[in-house]
Amino acid sequence: MSAIEVIDLSRHYRLGSVDVPALRGVSLSIAANAFTVLSGPSGSGKSTLLNLLGGLDRPDSGHVVVAGQRLDTLDDNHLSDFRARHIGFVFQHFNLLPVLTARENVEYPLLLAGVAAVERRRRAAELLDAVGLADRAANLPGQLSGGQRQRVAIARALALRPALVLADEPTANLDSHTGAAIIALMRDMQRQYQTCFVFSSHDAQLLAAADHAVLLRDGQLQAPAAVKEAA
Amino acid sequence: MNTLQLAARNLVRNRRRTLTTLLAMIVGVVAVLIFGGYDRNIRLGLETDFVRGSGHLQIQHRDYFLFGSGNPAAYGIRDYAQLMQKLQADPQLAPLLQVVTPVLDLGGIAGNFASGVSRTVYGRGVDVAGQNRLKQWNDYRMVGLPQRSVALTGTAPNAAVVGTGVARVLQLCGPLQVKDCPQPLPVREQGSTMPADLAALPVASPAANVGRVQIELLAARASGAPNVASLQVVKAEQQGVKALDDISVQLHLTQAQQLVYGQGAPQVSAIVLQLRHSRDMSAARARLAQLLQGGSQPLVVQDFATLNPQYGQITGMFAAILGFVAVLIGAIVLFTVGNTMSMAVVERTVEIGTLRALGLRQAGIRRLFVSEGLLLGVSGALLGSLLALGLAWLINHSGLTWLPPGNSERIPLLVRVAGEYGMLLATAVGLIVLSVLSAWWPARRAARLDIVEALRHA
Repeated sequence: MSAIEVIDLSRHYRLGSVDVPALRGVSLSIAANAFTVLSGPSGSGKSTLLNLLGGLDRPDSGHVVVAGQRLDTLDDNHLSDFRARHIGFVFQHFNLLPVLTARENVEYPLLLAGVAAVERRRRAAELLDAVGLADRAANLPGQLSGGQRQRVAIARALALRPALVLADEPTANLDSHTGAAIIALMRDMQRQYQTCFVFSSHDAQLLAAADHAVLLRDGQLQAPAAVKEAA
Repeated sequence: MNTLQLAARNLVRNRRRTLTTLLAMIVGVVAVLIFGGYDRNIRLGLETDFVRGSGHLQIQHRDYFLFGSGNPAAYGIRDYAQLMQKLQADPQLAPLLQVVTPVLDLGGIAGNFASGVSRTVYGRGVDVAGQNRLKQWNDYRMVGLPQRSVALTGTAPNAAVVGTGVARVLQLCGPLQVKDCPQPLPVREQGSTMPADLAALPVASPAANVGRVQIELLAARASGAPNVASLQVVKAEQQGVKALDDISVQLHLTQAQQLVYGQGAPQVSAIVLQLRHSRDMSAARARLAQLLQGGSQPLVVQDFATLNPQYGQITGMFAAILGFVAVLIGAIVLFTVGNTMSMAVVERTVEIGTLRALGLRQAGIRRLFVSEGLLLGVSGALLGSLLALGLAWLINHSGLTWLPPGNSERIPLLVRVAGEYGMLLATAVGLIVLSVLSAWWPARRAARLDIVEALRHA
């Protein structure tokens, strides 16, 4: 069963007067409850594809179906609501809201979804405990290390138990030891929450941990091959 | 964590910029409130001054206001005593009234024939008790108002009070102890000599004039015939305006009526009505119109602003200055808050992208930045108002005085901020609206940012 269907997806950017193709007719399926990595050299289209999967950008042609919903049919408000409900994001630079504590950062997606305050607190506490930061709940992002921030970001991405978590180079800003710990945590969380994780990464550790790898080059799919069977 | 809380934390996050913006807003609010308080004090002070002098309303002959100065006696109100009684007995009007008193204006020539000098004057006959009651009005609790009675109080029926300009021209400075009264250069007479009968007037009873300051007032009777009254000048009073100071003669009403109407039925130029409260003017005016309708005389009601055009001129001038100051400060606030918000949008571009990625709608981003503008506006209004109240208290207790135009005495320089809820509210609401408007455009720009571009922002 696939969580994501990508059909003939193309995206071009204009750099001055030059038209730069970032994705050219990409079609693929990404399995549900799997750990999938998008790999490829810089400029291959990984981030562009990730943005289109997450509904952050719109394709020039083709379409994306996430959890049975064609994203191109949604207007901006509905797409925002869809992201809030069904997609979690983990960013390379963590992107925590600096004025909110770790707990409040995890609560934020729940707030957007209209979850009641008591339930928000309960779920945030549960998630922070799951990522090993129960004792850091009241800390602001500035008081946390890089690894801890990324743990908070993972907890935030999972707050609404989304169908899909997208992570753009989640270990790129971490040392190898911390990166390995984060990969292990994400793998663990993916299994625990039965969610589809899709990453873009160059990280060999991450590639090794993936269920599926999708290789992109020059905006085209090179090797949509299973690395190993989904857990 | 609602939008307002998030907005508040974002403001606190960049303390220095927030404080700088707040400071600009506070200075603006203080400037508007202090000048507004000063304007308010001027406006109420002027109103109090005019109401104490000429009442809120006056009943006059229809043409008196425009044509009466040429021949006041021709526009008199007959049977004025009955009319006053009718007004004071009216169940609707009476509760609104504080003072009802008549005045009679007259034009004439005042002469100090012992010195061979005379000049044209404008006289006003007043009921002393009524005038003293008029001067007790202080609906706005103004501080530092002169409390003394009119100078004619307790004087003989033929007593008069003249302007210092009249005293100077009539060469009465010495006996009336008028300061700043130099002796004029001798003027070569070009006209014919004074008629013998007039020249003989002061010497008619020389024994009676010893130790007195006496002038003769020649006025035209209502019939057109001349009449003369000997007046005992008890005081020379500064009138504040030179043009008035040079012609003013105040005398007892009965004396003025005798001069103008002789043995005929006495009339008055106007019935002065002072109300308990200025806010009752419309109601009183409407009732007066009903009471005067169908009367045998063509009477109209004039308000103090019409009778004293300088009231509108001065308040209008202050309103224009206040308006200019408010617009200037409004523009500064607009640009200051707008600039602060624009910088915040640039600095928080990645954060905006993150919020959008997490599912916050464009409207949510707009709401966040507008909330920051709103909080800035509310904080600036509160702090500015508090500071203005403190500053106003200091000014009001500093003992500063000033001489308003048309006044002869210095009065305390006051600013009315405390208790002026309308002004405080209008300033606060104005600032908040401006602040929100200033934040609106950057907020709109933030909401329309491309999410991917925002997340990539360095």
